[in-house]
Amino acid sequence: MQSIKEIIGKVETNTVAERAACEQGNFYEPINNNAIGPGMNERIQKLRKLSFEAIPSISIERALHQTAFYKENLGKHSTPVLRALTFLDHCEKKSLYMGENELIVGERGPKPKAIPTFPELTCHSVEDLEILNSREQQPYTISQEDIDIYAKEVIPYWKGRTQRERIFSHVPIEWKRAYEAGVFTEFMEQRAPGHTVLDGKIYKKGMLDFKKEIEAHLDSLDFMNDPEATDKAEQLKAMSISCDAVIVFANRHADLAEQKAQSEKNPQRKKELEKIAAVCRRVPAHAPRTFHEAIQMYWFVHLGTITELNGWDSMNPGHFDQHLAPFYEKEIKEGTLSREEAKELLSCVWIKFNNHTAPPKVGITAKESGTYNDFTNINIGGVKIDGSDGVSEVSYLMLNVTEELHLLQPGTSVHIAPKTPNKFLNAACKVIRQGHGYPSVFNPDTYIMEMVGMGKSITDAREGGCSGCIEVGAFGKEAFLLTGYLNVPKIIEITLNNGIDPLTGKVAGIKTGDPREFKSYEELYEAFLKQLHFVVDQKVKVSNYIDRMFAKYAPAPFLSVVIDDCIQKGKDYYDGGPRYNTNYIQCTGLGTVTDSLSTIKKHVFEDKTLSMDKLLTAVANNFEGEEKLRQTIINKTPFFGNDDDYADAIACKVYDDLVKAIDGKPNIKGEYFHLNMLSTTCHIYFGKVMGAMPNGRLAHKSISDGTSPSHGCDIKGPSAVIRSLTKLDHTRSGGTLLNQRFLPSLLKRDEDIIKLGQLIRSYFTLGGHHIQFNIVDTATLRAAQQAPEEYKDLLVRMAGYSDYFNDMNDDLQQEVIDRTENESF
Amino acid sequence: MSLIFDVKRYAINDGPGIRITIFLKGCPLSCVWCHNPESIEKRVEKLFTRSKCIGCKACVERCENHACTLTKEGILTDTNACLLCGKCAEVCPTGATQMSGMQYPIEEIMAIIKKETLVMDQSEGGVTFSGGEPLFHHEFLVKLLDECGKEEIHRCVDTTGFTSAKKLLEVASRCEHFLYDLKVMDDEKHKQYTGVSNAQILSNLQLLASTDVNINIRIPLIKGLNDDDENIHQTALFINALHKKPLMVNILPYHSIAQKKYEKLGRIEKFIKMEEPDIACQKRVISLFESHGIKAMIGG
Repeated sequence: MQSIKEIIGKVETNTVAERAACEQGNFYEPINNNAIGPGMNERIQKLRKLSFEAIPSISIERALHQTAFYKENLGKHSTPVLRALTFLDHCEKKSLYMGENELIVGERGPKPKAIPTFPELTCHSVEDLEILNSREQQPYTISQEDIDIYAKEVIPYWKGRTQRERIFSHVPIEWKRAYEAGVFTEFMEQRAPGHTVLDGKIYKKGMLDFKKEIEAHLDSLDFMNDPEATDKAEQLKAMSISCDAVIVFANRHADLAEQKAQSEKNPQRKKELEKIAAVCRRVPAHAPRTFHEAIQMYWFVHLGTITELNGWDSMNPGHFDQHLAPFYEKEIKEGTLSREEAKELLSCVWIKFNNHTAPPKVGITAKESGTYNDFTNINIGGVKIDGSDGVSEVSYLMLNVTEELHLLQPGTSVHIAPKTPNKFLNAACKVIRQGHGYPSVFNPDTYIMEMVGMGKSITDAREGGCSGCIEVGAFGKEAFLLTGYLNVPKIIEITLNNGIDPLTGKVAGIKTGDPREFKSYEELYEAFLKQLHFVVDQKVKVSNYIDRMFAKYAPAPFLSVVIDDCIQKGKDYYDGGPRYNTNYIQCTGLGTVTDSLSTIKKHVFEDKTLSMDKLLTAVANNFEGEEKLRQTIINKTPFFGNDDDYADAIACKVYDDLVKAIDGKPNIKGEYFHLNMLSTTCHIYFGKVMGAMPNGRLAHKSISDGTSPSHGCDIKGPSAVIRSLTKLDHTRSGGTLLNQRFLPSLLKRDEDIIKLGQLIRSYFTLGGHHIQFNIVDTATLRAAQQAPEEYKDLLVRMAGYSDYFNDMNDDLQQEVIDRTENESF
Repeated sequence: MSLIFDVKRYAINDGPGIRITIFLKGCPLSCVWCHNPESIEKRVEKLFTRSKCIGCKACVERCENHACTLTKEGILTDTNACLLCGKCAEVCPTGATQMSGMQYPIEEIMAIIKKETLVMDQSEGGVTFSGGEPLFHHEFLVKLLDECGKEEIHRCVDTTGFTSAKKLLEVASRCEHFLYDLKVMDDEKHKQYTGVSNAQILSNLQLLASTDVNINIRIPLIKGLNDDDENIHQTALFINALHKKPLMVNILPYHSIAQKKYEKLGRIEKFIKMEEPDIACQKRVISLFESHGIKAMIGG
């Protein structure tokens, strides 16, 4: 007799969910069993509530400072120095925020979730601001008064001067056609190239130490023989100024804390404010000495980099647990810190991350926008630089905090190497079971190999990890720029239409022949490859062009201070200063592509039960009147994700050819492009700009994400999925993405948790890069659609990031519901 | 001819670790609560899911014996004319018509099982043969167990125990773990609800307990049928008298999910809705076993 899981599922809804991480360090008495995060103390509950309920808004302060400074100073300095001085100017003037109860201080805007704009890159129009203020999903509030000031003070100055306008005035027609058809996106037209993660250097050196290093390099410049010496001098001067800027910023916080302490009546808060003042005097000028100082150090550096520019995927602390563990262990031993205090400080910085909503895009409507998440990803566990196990008490505390706070940001990931203890893996799986979406799970063995394969040293690779969704980089030493998503299914669509985008009738690619004339599957596949290479080449050319524009017009001197070897080289982060410089193109839709090719290969060319003409006509008509054909395709074709070699071989071939098309293309820094496989929410947008596909996917429905199977098409369970996925050689990419949705009943008992861990270990032994689980039931999601107010904190994990279900638009919500439910009875 | 009606990967409730469960078709019992009604008949059967049918008539056109008719209730199959050839299922675009029961060569089953090797290794899992009654296919099962043994795959058999002692021992010597059903101790009730006496089942369990294999005892718990204190008490006494204790008694609460399966088989009249045991009932049974010093838990 089979077991009875649905009953177990029912039982579950009647019991209060177990607080898994409690066992690993829950120190506070629960208020009541239904409260979110019963382990939070009063301070954290208040701070969390404030952060959770704060409405994202636009702050125009930075734009006003920036505009005034440029008006006054443009032309007086070299570009890097000008950039550093505007940064200093803003740090000197910007409104400070120091909330009641805070222990870790500093906000990018004047209050939590107040987001500055970056008009020097992309300047919001009045219409943009009005849409952002009023749209239903992910609004950003802004007052009419501020819009009026923006229209008067900011917009006129930047008209024709923004980075975005410079870019769009120069792109070739072929690129524009493909871009407008939705064949790819371009990251660098909206925000500065980002994906920046820190290593451990800021816990050993203060800004004054960095300044000394900069001075030494300035002194050693060889103006006699080095033609670049002048440029280097300007870069180094700019870096030095930017160090001053963050010190000024911290000192202003120290002043404010002292001021507040003087008038504070509550003796306990008074002491806290005095401590804050002392910490802000110490860091970031000097290296931190305590756990508290180390966290505040990171936070100031974080704020500095996201204020200087608005790089994609925010800023990331990298292996935060490994960086903080020495401080924690020393202080615990000396008795100057308790576990409770450490947990409280971690909770404070977690809430700080959550206060920093993603900057709003320009020229974009609510429909195209997806999330408030700015994608900070904290790596927990994994291996240390020497290859030893990186798990510490701090790792468990971070899991605990992640679970209790249940916030949109920061994203957390656990890193499970063969030497990672099962205790840690199981603790992580228990947090996964809560269904908050976090943490995602990574395989250090595979990503270290990926990085070594791209030429990093083994120690730099071990110091690296994953940021954003799944992208690998050598933390603190690499600029790994994501240049945009590639809509691989769209390339199939264009191939099937001989270079034309069927949605608009416009040219989007090149002529590769009418598929009705093709005699073999191979002929079709060759045509696809031609289109692919054409598109990738267009993309690379323009990305390189834009890349250079940032080096020239929008250098990032402060970011350059904290990334090796910018100081040594005297070069900016965007100008080849880092030790490693990688450009990525993120491919998506492997499932949709594989299943479409499998359909054509099997039914048209092998079984010959379907003519190309009939298939293409049905696809062009969105399968109207052809439901029988569509169902036959869906139910009688080998699809990716079922451990079926027929389909998986096609996936492997496509993946191989994507690697061949992208890997090794030169970037402007003498290094290379690589591919990774992810989509965040872009597969929704890409789906919208597409008609039906041969795999039976209807027009405008989302395409498959990253390397995941097409939605609902993986019907053989997770062990079949991981086998399909690992037929691809993950080590040749810069990251792959696998989403798996689980119903709670699969994780009811502690044995189930252990088995989930074993499934993860199996995937990683086979060579998988990343896996994440969405533990949620359909009924809950439907209910959440009907009564959003009652499900405000329903966090959903998909496509490499987390979001609140209610903050997602209808399409994203529907997608989460449509995903395969792996309930196996 | 041995038929397989399902293969389930990532089976986490059918024995230790992560397993692949192979379901063999055919069972000598006919328990009224059976939730795998398609497992009872040893022959191929046709399943029809009305909600999936789009009325395309592909099957009607394909059937050489004119056994399929499209009606308001979906496809109606004339069982007298139907030869169970499966051609209708082959052409059905949506999977509304399916055939239950496939014949596989041993090598093919082994190839499927071996796909799970790494997952089985990582989790100390293995293969579970379930049914139906796997011992109903004794020869076939022995061959499969031998092949799995060669691959050093952990083997588990999920059985009603209704078989000869000889066959049981032959199988027991080829596997590491048994999931053994005990339905109800009162023989009259057993006959009434399963169609067979439990005498052989009980003596086989006594025999099995004297071998090396690990045993989990599984009890489908049905309210008002076998959840009474007396039955649990008798079961516990029987278990305690065994040569060795089972690793665990797994209580599997009855559920009425199978209703849909009876519909698909066109045998809805055979579906008898039993009463699902509530949580209090489940807890009572667990604590009764515990009071006898027997480890028991809900679920497989």
